[in-house]
Amino acid sequence: MSTRMVEVRAKVMKQNDLLARALRERFQQQNTCVIGLVSSPGSGKTAFLEKVLAGLARDHGVAALVGDLATENDAARLQRATPNVKQITTGTICHLDASMIERALEGWHLDNVDFLFIENVGNLVCPSSYDLGEELRFVLLSATEGEDKPLKYPTIFNSSDVAIITKMDMADAAEFDLATARRNIESVRPGMKIFEVSSKTGQGMGEVFNFLRAQLARPRTTAPLLEEAAL
Amino acid sequence: MHELSIAISMIDQIAEESASRGGLDVEAVHLRLGVFAGVDKNALLFAYELACEGTPLQGSRLIIETVPLLVYCPVCRQERTPPSVYQICCPECLAPTPEILTGREMEVASLEVAA
Repeated sequence: MSTRMVEVRAKVMKQNDLLARALRERFQQQNTCVIGLVSSPGSGKTAFLEKVLAGLARDHGVAALVGDLATENDAARLQRATPNVKQITTGTICHLDASMIERALEGWHLDNVDFLFIENVGNLVCPSSYDLGEELRFVLLSATEGEDKPLKYPTIFNSSDVAIITKMDMADAAEFDLATARRNIESVRPGMKIFEVSSKTGQGMGEVFNFLRAQLARPRTTAPLLEEAAL
Repeated sequence: MHELSIAISMIDQIAEESASRGGLDVEAVHLRLGVFAGVDKNALLFAYELACEGTPLQGSRLIIETVPLLVYCPVCRQERTPPSVYQICCPECLAPTPEILTGREMEVASLEVAA
């Protein structure tokens, strides 16, 4: 039986990307700076976010969405810093997508929220394919994980805008080679901004706060996280 | 393992395309997949077959064309292929190459349909 070819040229992630675009426009209109956080499980996303929310909450409206397969534990932790926290439990799904963000924001007024943080499921693979409408993506790497994480997971590091090296208070004990880690990050994402922090001691957090506050001063972007192809 | 979610999105996408063209009898799907798309080719092939079950695409073949990583070297002013996915630099002059030209694609290029 003969066949014919039909040209389609359709992005597989079209539905997600359209939703992400609509979210990004909404965030821009409400002047909310939205930051996505990705990392492997246990690298300190929630501890970092606790410190960030507590530090910013004094002068700014802050909110957070936090994704996990199960439990509300992380939301409970973050609610110590702000009541504006919602847990997204994904069941068996290994990543957040734009529709989950849209549903989680239903009934939420972002008008007075300067910063919304979206903590993804701990996973360095799957979240890289899903635009959530965030303005910047932070990838976290803990000093105890080893210097070569960026080389092993180049896609997520390359799709992120800022790298945060966490647990710097444990760097010596873990014999963490900071120079190599920085070189590896630079290798997978040339020019990437890097912060070294300890959520426990507060080391380096001042620079993160300065960076975040500077984001409010600049006009909100509507550009998608990854390159824009015709949707 | 998010390839199953990706396969389901793909099948929805194809169903939409098919419907907009009055219903197609799809025998094969040609997908362009970048090496930097964050999706494993073999896992996607496996997930596609599963996800097609009970849909009009059941029995169709998925043919994946791998799109290589291409970057722009600002020093040589040329398109280049970096040494690897974890060394995003120019293979000639070793300059860092933040600008990625191809490699993130994940698109249904065409459908092979019964004539």
